[in-house]
This record gives sequence, structure tokens and C-alpha cells, in this order.
Amino acid sequence: MGEEHLRGLLARGLAGDASAYHAFLKELSAHLRAFFRKRLGRLPDEVEDLVQESLLAVHIQRHTYDPGQRLTPWVYALARYKLIDLLRRRARTDLLHDPLDENNEDFGASDSEAAEARRDIAKLLEALPDRQRLPILYVKLEGLSVAETAHHTGMSEAAVKVGVHRGLKALAAKLRSAS
Amino acid sequence: MNTDDLVTLLAHGAEPVDSRATARRFLVAIAGGSVVAVMLSAGLLGIRSTPLDGSSIPMFWTREVFCAILGVVGVVAVRQLGRPGLRLGWLPLGYAAPLVVMWLLAAVALLGADPQDRASLIFGQTASVCPLLIALLSTPLFAALVWLMKGLAPTRLRLAGAACGSAAGAIGALAYTLHCPELAAPFLGIWYVLGMLIPTAVGALIGPRLLRW
Repeated sequence: MGEEHLRGLLARGLAGDASAYHAFLKELSAHLRAFFRKRLGRLPDEVEDLVQESLLAVHIQRHTYDPGQRLTPWVYALARYKLIDLLRRRARTDLLHDPLDENNEDFGASDSEAAEARRDIAKLLEALPDRQRLPILYVKLEGLSVAETAHHTGMSEAAVKVGVHRGLKALAAKLRSAS
Repeated sequence: MNTDDLVTLLAHGAEPVDSRATARRFLVAIAGGSVVAVMLSAGLLGIRSTPLDGSSIPMFWTREVFCAILGVVGVVAVRQLGRPGLRLGWLPLGYAAPLVVMWLLAAVALLGADPQDRASLIFGQTASVCPLLIALLSTPLFAALVWLMKGLAPTRLRLAGAACGSAAGAIGALAYTLHCPELAAPFLGIWYVLGMLIPTAVGALIGPRLLRW
């Protein structure tokens, strides 16, 4: 399980294969967990929060991945950015006892035990306005199609898609400011 | 929410990603910002058709190519810095090469000139307004590139901001050449470069604040 395998899953996911995309995110979350656990030795509580924040970022920013590019540097540049952002927000740079070197591991380490994060995305979701909350609720949580969601909510299909996209971005922003 | 639930949530109904959408945004930002810069230059400052003769044509094109190369390098830098994990590669050299060539040309021109002519090679007629006008013309493109960058995922925010500023500055300078009568290499190597540096410095300054995500 490495670069090529994950890259193949992501390529299929970007083409619209939701189950390949699910497998990609699931395996990626294990790598991210190992990455953050190794670097946040003194802040174990932050690990799962950062895993979730990074997964959300990977999803929102997946259009910036160029299929011709190696996946490992893309993922770890993003994860490192989220890690540094967190440490900066906490203004606790003295916890950076592990140098954030540029050497990316090769998707070697992985830790597949998913856990609860301290900042609960479900709770943050409730605080979103209806035009974002309902599309995410129906499309993303209940698995309805965009057309069905449009029918249920009285929104247009375009508005449903925009609602999902903007809603996830708003969630990511709330996740950042909640820490 | 458990991380596995989040994974399921994100994957549910994930639409195919249109890889051309980003390219379209690039095109809109650069074309839009450049057109506004040219309109500002032509409309606000006025096109000045400098009479060219055999001796001034090479420097005319040197000036255009100098700005154009730095503009292309800047746009490539924006592209690279907007995507996580991409290397800068030859970009530092791409910035350095046109600058070094221009400064060499300037040195040759200054050394070959009579001492009393050197000041006019350096200051021309318009040194006092040139950098500010270039910076002014670069603002629409700078705003467009920052908008573009905000839709990408820069991880080095200061560099990303500087890249936006340098691309906007160089293309702004290219638009300014419609109006500018100066062709001497020492002038271009100082005042044009200074004009491009203003938006670059502004970008580096505001990048970390403006481009966070």
C-alpha cells in the first residue's frame, strides 16, 4: 500500500467513483493519523482533530491536485500546513520538538484506528445556515441524490451543489476557529 | 463525529472534479487583469508612439521581452505555489536571468557613455513617476491573482503573495510600455524593476494574512 495504490484510488475518485474515493480517504486518514501522532507527541488530543481537519482540506482542495504530480508531497505539504497552522494558532511553538523536515515519508506509517475528535463536526454542522446544512444533511449524511435533495428542500440542483461546497468550506473554517 | 463517519460523509455523492475549471479561472484572472491594465495605460496615461529608428528598435524589443519573460515566470510561480507539494525548480533562475541580462546591458551602456550623459541614461525624463505608475497599473491584475490564489491551496503564503505581486508587476510594466518613452537599459534596470518590486513586496507582506485557509 503506497503512492501508486493511493494515487490510483484518488484518480478514480476524482473521476466520480465514490467508492474508490471512500477507500482513498479511509486509507489516507490512517497515514495522516500516523503523521500527526509522530509529530504531536505532547499533544495527543490534537491528533484526531488535525486528521479530520486535513481530510476536510484534502476534499475541499482536491482540485489543486494535478494527476501528473506525485501524491505523497501533495498530501504531506497540505498536512504540514495544517499542523503548522494549528501550532501557530495555539502560539505554542515550543512544542515543536520534532523538526518538521521536508523529507516526506513514503506512506509507510499508518494508524487505522479512527477516533472521535474533540471538536465535533456534527455539532458544527448544526450551526450552518439551512441553505448549506440541508444539502450536506441530505446528500452527504443521508445519501440522497442531488435531484432528490432539490425536490425535498425546494432548492434548485445548482443551489444544492453550491450549498454542499460552501457548507464544507464553512465547516473547515469553523473547525479552525474552534481550536 | 468519528473520523470514519467523516470519511463516509465526504465520499458520499462526491461529484467528478472538473480539472479544467482551475485552468479557466487562471485564464479569466490573467486575461481580465491584463486587459484592465492595458485599458488604464491607454485610457488614463495615453499611448505614446515613440518614433523608432534603427538604433532604438533593439532596445524597444528588449524592454518588451524583459517584462514579458518576468510576467511568464511570475504566472508559472503562481501556478506552482498554488498547489501543495510542487517544487520551484528553475523558477529562481527564471527570475534572475532577465534581471542579470538587463543589468549587464545597463553596465555596458553606462561604461560606454560620456560621463556627463550617464545621469540621463539612469534618470531619463520620467524616473520620478515610473515605479508608481507601474505599481498602479499592476493593481487590477494583483487583485485578480490574489482571488485566483485564494481558490487554490498555497502552503507558503509569503512566497505565494510575492509571486502574485511579481506577476502583476511585470505585466503591469508591460502595459506601461504603451505609454513610457524610456528605452535606456540603466533606466529599465532600476525604475522598472523598482515598479515591479512594489507589488511583489506588498504581496509578500499581506500574503500570510490574506491567503490563509
